[in-house]
Amino acid sequence: MSDFQTTNPVIKWIEYRLPVFSFLDHAVGTKYPTAKNLSYWWNFGSLAGLALVIMIVTGIFLAMQYTAHVDYAFDSVERIMRDVNYGWMLRYIHMNGGSFFFIVVYIHIFRGLYYGSYKAPRELLWMIGVVILLVMMATAFMGYVLPWGQMSFWGAKVITNLFSAIPLIGEDIVIWLWGGFSVDNPTLNRFFSLHYLLPFVLVGMVVIHIWALHQFGSNNPLGIETKGPQDSIPFHPYYTVKDLFGMGVFMIAFTAVVFFMPNAMGEAINYQEADPLVTPAHIVPEWYFLPYYAILRSVTFDIWFLSAKLIGVILMFASILILLVLPWLDRSPVRSSKFRPVHKQLFWIFVADCILLGWVGANPAEPPYLYIGQAGTAYYFAHFLIILPLLSVLERPRPLPNSISEPVLKGGGTAMGATAKPMEKA
Amino acid sequence: MTDTASPTHGDEGETRRDFLYLLAGGMGAVGTVAAVWPLIDSMNPAADVLALASTEVDLDPIELGQRVTVTWRGNPIFIDRRTKAVIDGARAVPLEDLPDPETDDARVQQAEWLIMIGVCTHLGCIPKGQKSGDPLGEYGGWFCPCHGSHYDTAGRIRKGPAPKNLVVPPYSFVEDTKIQIG
Ligand code: HEM
Ligand code: FES
Repeated sequence: MSDFQTTNPVIKWIEYRLPVFSFLDHAVGTKYPTAKNLSYWWNFGSLAGLALVIMIVTGIFLAMQYTAHVDYAFDSVERIMRDVNYGWMLRYIHMNGGSFFFIVVYIHIFRGLYYGSYKAPRELLWMIGVVILLVMMATAFMGYVLPWGQMSFWGAKVITNLFSAIPLIGEDIVIWLWGGFSVDNPTLNRFFSLHYLLPFVLVGMVVIHIWALHQFGSNNPLGIETKGPQDSIPFHPYYTVKDLFGMGVFMIAFTAVVFFMPNAMGEAINYQEADPLVTPAHIVPEWYFLPYYAILRSVTFDIWFLSAKLIGVILMFASILILLVLPWLDRSPVRSSKFRPVHKQLFWIFVADCILLGWVGANPAEPPYLYIGQAGTAYYFAHFLIILPLLSVLERPRPLPNSISEPVLKGGGTAMGATAKPMEKA
Repeated sequence: MTDTASPTHGDEGETRRDFLYLLAGGMGAVGTVAAVWPLIDSMNPAADVLALASTEVDLDPIELGQRVTVTWRGNPIFIDRRTKAVIDGARAVPLEDLPDPETDDARVQQAEWLIMIGVCTHLGCIPKGQKSGDPLGEYGGWFCPCHGSHYDTAGRIRKGPAPKNLVVPPYSFVEDTKIQIG
């Protein structure tokens, strides 16, 4: 990798022994050609990276003050809030950082759904992303248990109990997960250990995610591949600057919540210490789990030998795992919904369905919410299993442009000369 | 070495090599499982957790018609000293009405004393009904508010998502009015 130019002797010295600068230049620098028409929806990947860094940094400092023991955990978090210098700030950043992480990642995922970013040749990139989502969810779930409030405890109890639905070995698995006969000190300790570990596993998976991304580069709003240098611009400085701008906007929204409404997304009852003998009247998970919670609770009937409980658990996991096979359910050769008039509308109906399920999840599992939840769950799976496969054959996509630069340069798309000219809009 | 590694070797050499690969791979797999098992098993309840596995309860102070909660292995134990009317009511229920059929008789050692683990068999909430003023559900027993499971006066599931009756823990009467749970 001797194509890296510099006059700085120190950088030269290092580069000769460890070609890290040319590596970065190829990864996120001037030697990484990127489609020149990326919109702001493409900012959310780097924002997710920023959120992960924020979580790890604040988490490490919280861990210096936190005590993972059922007798001290709640008090140690209250001490962080009251006595530790800036402890309130660290905790509020970490607490709301989790929510913002999910906001950003969900937008990132829906972006992929709209523009067909999961289609060939990016299937594996997409699938790694789904696994990242699962690990993120496990991390957030275990983190929420750590402050040992009422919702921490009962959320943990209800969710771990889901595994008891597994036939034959379910009960033993739950006892193994708990390390005892209820959610207790051994459970809290292992959750802390894993909560510390998993974010670093995430870092590793993000590296693989980006590795796979670089194989073909980003998808783009038109959903067609770059056909030559006239279709792309170097990542640095164009997208480094754009990503930084996005981070600025993100930080404005994030800090506004952290400093002015830090408890808006939390549950007040989690400021009450865990009591293993008293269940709160309403158990609700954090907002980012509500749609899955609605799916879980929507099953109230047995089917053959499968109990309602087991089916609920299976559907809940299936609602995410189904994303893994999405590239093979949606067979339409056209990626971007810009050229898929029907898919475009069904996409927004699907978004509305997810929001509807979230609203159901926040409400008690009784009529009318129950029936709405059942309809919402049925539609969720129908979207993937019936609508998308049918649409692949039935929909007539609009004609695609010949290249990314064609619609911008009015027919100049095939010319090689336009390379150096950075275009602002696509 | 290069000679023996040559793929042009006779058939006999090929199968022997395959066998060695399989054997080495198999040993490696067995070794890995053997090394991982202690890690997995370390997460199971430890000796001290298991040592807490039995509790004695004095039933003397409990009055007829009173419900009392004690703890055993971190879970609440519901003790219900039932009146004759309640017992008769529970015994009059036909088994066909029960999602998890079990006679009242099979759930108690002495009809007056109903002793159960107070954990909803759905997803582990603590059903209401132990304190006066609690909702008792549609069958006069216990009601789990989490997802709406109704248990009857023998702790049997009657309505709602819970699949099983409230579990009866292992216990024995060590004296007339004293039990040992676990
Ligand atoms: C993927 C990244 C992470 C996510 C999504 C996440 C999520 C969470 C959540 C939701 C809570 C509960 C906050 C509350 O309600 O109080 C929490 C608590 C906590 N987390 Fe994390 N976390 C992440 C990374 C980390 C890391 C890397 C560490 C340590 C090195 C850490 C240490 C802690 C500690 C000590 C607590 C308990 C204190 C508290 O509740 O504020 N976290 N985490
Ligand atoms: S935990 Fe009792 S009804 Fe769900």
